[in-house]
This record gives sequence, C-alpha cells and structure tokens, in this order.
Amino acid sequence: MTQLILEQALNGLQFGLMLFLLAAGLTLVFGIMDMINLAHGSLYMAGAYLTAAATQASGSFMVGIATAMLATAVLGALVEVTLLRRLYARNHLAQVLATFALILIANEVVRMIWGAQPVLLNTPEELAGPVRIGGFLYPAYRLLIIAVGALVAGLLYLLVSRTRVGMWVRAGASNREMTEALGINVRLLFTAVFAAGAALCALAGAMLGPLLAVQVGMGESILILAFVVIVIGGIGSIRGALVGSLLVGLVDTLGRAALPSLLRTFLSSEIASNLGPALASVLIYVLMASILVWRPEGLFPARS
Amino acid sequence: MSERTNDSAATLLEVRAVSKHFGGIYALNAASLAIRADEVHALIGPNGAGKTTLIHALSGALALDAGQVVFAGDDLIGRPMHERVALGLARSYQITNVFSRLSVLDNVTIAVQGRVRDWGSSFSFWKPFALDSAIIDEAHALLAEVSLGDFAMRRAAQLSHGQQRCLEVALALATRPKLVLLDEPMAGMGPDESARMVDLIESLRGSVTMLLVEHDMDAVFRLADRISVMVAGRVIASDEPDVIRADPEVRRAYLGDEI
Amino acid sequence: MGFYTTSTPRRIAAIALLAVLVGLPWMLQAIDQSFYVSLASRMLIFALAATSLNLVIGFGGMVSFGHAAYFGIGAYCVAILAEGGIVSAAYAWPVAIAVAALLALFIGILSLRTRGVYFIMITLAFAQMVFYLVVSLKTWGGDDGLSLGHRSSFGAFDLKDDTTFYFVVLALLAFVLMALDRVAHSRFGRVIQSIRENETRMEALGYPVFSYKLVCFVIGGALAGLAGALLVNQTGLASPNLLHWMQSGTLMVMIVIGGVGSVMGGVVGAVLLMSCEEAFVEISPHWQIGLGLVLLAVVLWAPLGIAGLVGWGRERE
Repeated sequence: MTQLILEQALNGLQFGLMLFLLAAGLTLVFGIMDMINLAHGSLYMAGAYLTAAATQASGSFMVGIATAMLATAVLGALVEVTLLRRLYARNHLAQVLATFALILIANEVVRMIWGAQPVLLNTPEELAGPVRIGGFLYPAYRLLIIAVGALVAGLLYLLVSRTRVGMWVRAGASNREMTEALGINVRLLFTAVFAAGAALCALAGAMLGPLLAVQVGMGESILILAFVVIVIGGIGSIRGALVGSLLVGLVDTLGRAALPSLLRTFLSSEIASNLGPALASVLIYVLMASILVWRPEGLFPARS
Repeated sequence: MSERTNDSAATLLEVRAVSKHFGGIYALNAASLAIRADEVHALIGPNGAGKTTLIHALSGALALDAGQVVFAGDDLIGRPMHERVALGLARSYQITNVFSRLSVLDNVTIAVQGRVRDWGSSFSFWKPFALDSAIIDEAHALLAEVSLGDFAMRRAAQLSHGQQRCLEVALALATRPKLVLLDEPMAGMGPDESARMVDLIESLRGSVTMLLVEHDMDAVFRLADRISVMVAGRVIASDEPDVIRADPEVRRAYLGDEI
Repeated sequence: MGFYTTSTPRRIAAIALLAVLVGLPWMLQAIDQSFYVSLASRMLIFALAATSLNLVIGFGGMVSFGHAAYFGIGAYCVAILAEGGIVSAAYAWPVAIAVAALLALFIGILSLRTRGVYFIMITLAFAQMVFYLVVSLKTWGGDDGLSLGHRSSFGAFDLKDDTTFYFVVLALLAFVLMALDRVAHSRFGRVIQSIRENETRMEALGYPVFSYKLVCFVIGGALAGLAGALLVNQTGLASPNLLHWMQSGTLMVMIVIGGVGSVMGGVVGAVLLMSCEEAFVEISPHWQIGLGLVLLAVVLWAPLGIAGLVGWGRERE
C-alpha cells in the first residue's frame, strides 16, 4: 500500500512538473498582457508532433526535442507578432474567439499533415526499462521527466527571481503601465516571454508524448488543467504556478489511485467502482472551488 | 459663511482613528474626522496625504484595517458599497467614471433608478422602462440643474471634460444622498469650468452635506464651512477657514507656500 | 454601444424572418425536401442556446466559457427522467430547466466573485468538471451518452411528427426572443447592460451588482437547459459532446458572428454557422480551417458580427 502510494506520488510529481511547464508561460502571458490565450495548448500539441517527426527523421530523441523546442519557439513568436499583438487592446471576448479560431486552425492543420490517427512517439530505448528505488521498480523514463521538470522549474525560478530580465518580467506582470513608464520595451519582452513559453510547451509535449497519445485535441485537455493551476496559484505568479501544478498533479493522480479503494471500505463495491472514478475526476475542481472561496485571487496573487 | 457652523450642530459622519496600510506604508494612520449635517466640509492636504484613500474607505471601495466609521447612527464598517449608498452616502470620482457609451440621459436615469426606497428594486423584468416617467422626468430635472439639459441625448463620451465632471457629480446627486463625497470635482478644469463647478456646489449648499477633496485653494476657501487638513495619513487640524488659515502648524505642514 | 433598442427596421426584419420560419415546412414540402425540417429544428434549438448565452455575454457582459454545461445537463435530465418512466414534457422540461438553473446558481456564486481572465477560466473549468463527471458515470452511459427512446409527450401534440416538433420549437424560440426583447427594455435589462458598461460605477450608485449578475447568469443557464431538453428530443441522444467545452466555444462563435448584445444575434449566428457547416462539410473535410480563418477575420475586422456588417445589428461605435 505504502509502495503504491509512493509510486503514485512520484507519478503525480511527474505530471505536476509537466503541467508547470505549460502553466509557467501561460500565467506570465495572462499576467503581463491581461490576455487570455486558448491556443497555448496548441503549442504543446505542435511540440509533441514536431518531436515525433524530428525524432523519426534524425533517429535521436534528444535531437527531436531540441528541434521541436526551437521550432515551436519560432512558431510562438510568429503567432505573437502577427496576431496576438492585435488582441492585447481588445476585450476578453475577442481574445477568446480569436485564440479559439487558432485552435480550430491548428488542429485541422495537424490533421492534414499527420492524419487523424495518433502518432507514435517511443520512449528512447536506453530509458525504456525500470530502475530500482528503495523497495520498488519505477520506470526510468518517468524519473527522467521528474529530473528535467525539476531542473527547468529551478532554472526558471532563478531566472525570474534573480536576474534583471526576470525582474522586468515580474514588474510587467504586477504593473504593466509602470514598467512601460520605466522605459522597458514591454512588447519585445513579451514576445520573448511568449517564445520561451512556447519552447516550454514543446518540452512538455515532447516529454509526455511517449506516455500519453500524440493526437489532435491533446492540447485542450491539458490546457484546461493549466487554467485550474493558474486559478489556484494566482495569475502572473511563477511561484503560484509551481505550487498549483504540484497540487493539481498530486491530487489528481493520488485521487484516481486511492479514491475507489478508499470508498470500498465503507460503500458496496458496486457503488464504489461507479462513484470512485467520478469523484476522482472532479477532485481537482473541488480543490479549485475551495481555494476560490477562501482566496478569490489565488494563493499567490501577483497584482495587489 | 462661518456663521453657518456652530458646535451644537448634529454630526452626520464620525470617523474615529481609521488606519489603512499597504505593505509597510500607512496611507491612513489613526485619522479622525467629524462632519456636521448640512455643512460643506473641505479636506485638504499635500499629495499622498491619504485623502483619496479616505474617500475610498468611506465609500466602501477599500476595507479599513482599524478604526470606526459611523454614519447617521449606522456603523459602516464591513458594509458593501451599495448598502452605504442606500444609507445615503454617495461619491463622485477623481478620474471621471461615467457610462461613456451611454447617452447622458441614460447615465442619469440609471442613477436615479437605483433608489430602491423610491421605486423598489430593479428586479423588474417585463414592464418597459419607458413607462417609468417619474424617473425620466427627475433625470431631466437633474440634468437641467447641472446645466446639461441641452446635451441629454449626447453620448457621455462626446461631452467636454468640464461637462463630464458635471455629469460625474450629477450621478452622485441622483442617489439623493445625505452626504456626498466629492473627490476633486475641479480636477483638470480650466478657470471658466471651475467657476461653474463652484456655482454648482454653492447651489447645493443646505440640500446635501458635502465632503470636498480639492486642490484648488481659492475654491476651497470660498466654499468650505469648515476645513480639515490631512498630512501623512492623519487629520492634523479641523476648523473654520479663518482658524485654519492662521494655524501655525498647518502653515508649516502644508499651506505655507500656497497662501 | 448604448442600451439595446428595437428599431423599426429590426422589428420588420424579425417579423419577416418569423413569417419565413412559419412557412418553412410547407415550402420544403413544395420542393420535396421535407427532411430538412429536422435540420431546421436543430438550428432553431441551437439558436435558443446561443440566445441564452447572448443574454449572459452580450447583455450581462459576463464572458462565460462554460455554457455547454447547462445545455448538456438539460439534455441529460430529459434522458434520465425518460429512463425512469417520466416522459411527459410537462414534467421533464421544467425539471431540465430547474436543474440547469441550479447548476448555474452554484457555478455563478463561485465564479462571479472573480472577473476578467479569471472568470473565463473558472467557468470553463467548472463546465469541464461537469463533463468529466458525466463521462465517468457509467449509469449515464459514460462516453456513449444516454439515448432517448421516444420524444417527450406534449399534451395533444405528437412530437414524433417532425413538423409538429418544429412548430413547438419555433413557438418556444419566438416566445424567448420576445421575452428577451421585453427584458432588454425593462429596468432589469438596463441594469445588467449598465453593469456591462461600468461595474464599479453601478456599485457606487447603490446597485448590488453581484445579485443582478447572478440572476442574469442563472436565467441564461435555465434557458440553455430548455434548449438542451429540446435538443435531446431532436437527436434522441444525450451525448457528452453536448457538455464539451468545444460546444461552449461554438455557442460563443455563434453570438459573435450574429451580433453580441443584440436580441436576434444568437439566431442569426446559429443559422449562419450551421448552414455553412452543412454546406462546407460536403466540400472539404478540413472545412474547420476555413471557419477558423473566417472567425479570425470577424474578430479582427467586424467586431459587431455579420449583423453589424449589414447594418442590422446594434449601432456602430
């Protein structure tokens, strides 16, 4: 039992860290530009597909990831400069609609290039096996994801909290007008943030690709989880995104693993097996609702 | 005008030792203030003294950290903004905050319509508003009072700055308040427009109590029955204009270079 | 944009449209295309759903991204009640409306405490919660949805007849549109439109803004529930797709195309979008690229919708 929980906790940590890669870019976009971007999930999808294609072409997963991150960053910057820029001054409804249109276009383009069937992205052979930690076996690849996620999260935290660029980003997220008044080119800064966010999306898509299916629509389900993360953590806060991601990852994974058996202890097994998955699937939303009641601005609001 | 005030006049608003801090900075630091019924009470002080913070706190836009606020016998602490308006406490904004895409008349009718005590709540879904002629007539009368009668059908955004400031005040008056908080009504106005605003405030004297935050000292000393001086989050003096003008502490803290 | 007003051209256009819709079954019969009556019913039902969202977004200014939840839950209510033997529209449809309204009340109370980007994300997240909940409940058919054996019984009318069903849908839609027009000109309608324009000022004028927004939000949810109840009768299946967030997005697209904050906006948008869908699906399987591009163009260059372009929507800025 303890072993199962430990294993699931690791899975939760792994999922949470990948969510963070998405949420980090997204929360800054929302925070700095007060803009809602639904197409962030499409960048994640693009990253996964590009990794699959580049890995197949080059034969190396590493080359695949690097190519995909670079290409997605360029794609992100391109979309920002040509389209999203026109939307900053518009109302939220226009932003929702325009980025919704981007999702439709992105999904259809992917379908045209790769077809409607999921694309296969294999775990690199040298990481396919399990490793022994403590008393149990855990897939090596999942450990790698945790390591990469933790490394990127750490670097990002240092970048945002310790460097000059990070200071601009934080200032932009908490008060954009003031930052502009200080002579910082918020437009350029934002294009850079957007491109970096896109690269992180691609990384998440690439890392999760071998575990989940690489398919059309993969971006949207994870996008909504990233929204939950941001609502919990507070818009514009990297720290909030990290805490929110880990909370959502752990609660979701552990809930799915433990709730059905937990329910079986005091309900008939038929009801429990029906109710368990249902309750587990809404657990993170219950978490979000409770945090909203307690703190409508999220745990770490960047704007005062 | 000082003969209007006497010590026995009823206190309408009593502010006792209110504080508000943002991070480590105290915007209000145990500030106290008493406003008598029917007076024009001016609140002056240097920029950053906490005047606008006080207005926000009194209107309910900002929660106080400490202190008491009693208005016409009611404790205001913890009450939301709309309840304070229903009790008779209205405000105007320093930065014009009207319904810029609505017509001037619609601006005022929606403000008049909000008086639940006169017309009931607006949870009325079926009856066309056009039949509520009492509300519309009152709005026209109010517009005439603030010299905007000829602009009723104009979109609010198309008014001149001075006219928008008058509309701003009209919206607050439409709630028929006992006390109206006027946050720099002359902000950004030219001399002619300022003079018109002074006339407007003068014409309201006696029908409504006013707390006037203003930087235009000519206007303040012409209009105010009493003046309170705020410095660094505290009210350091509160008295009739002549006394304030002579007060050495006030002079040192604030007025010295302006009078 | 100021308050919504029903100008004479608008009135004439609406009456003309109604006349065409009343005559539609006979026209289709005359050209021997009667099976299109069913498609027309479907369009009118989506028009109703879009209109309910337009009340929330266009009039109330609340950019709700979870409207499919109320739409879908209305459909499920009718299907679940039918499984339990309750097939009368007199019971099933009001229950669908009430359950959708309750759901909107719950989500509204929590999400209306926030605004802007937060509000959009939270309404979307809660709708997605309902989606996952329904999908994971095997008793309600899970991914397959719940089928409805027979259409609801409706007094003396036989809803199994497509033309009768069409007229019931048309009558309900016409009533809702008329009611929305009344409400837009009522004191309540003026309040919610003013809140859309300037929320802080409304609070400072003494309006309990939260309550007004909540009531508007709940009415929108209730009407979407009615649309869902009708749709499950039309298709015979309460599918999880109805609850999916793409459905919320589609409803939003409809009102933006048709005209945000205009009484007929939802109808215009639903009919236009669904007609295009019917036409383009034949031409290319990738027609959604075209839809995406058109939508981008509308957002960037015609923010008042198609109705605004032809001067039939609300007045220009």
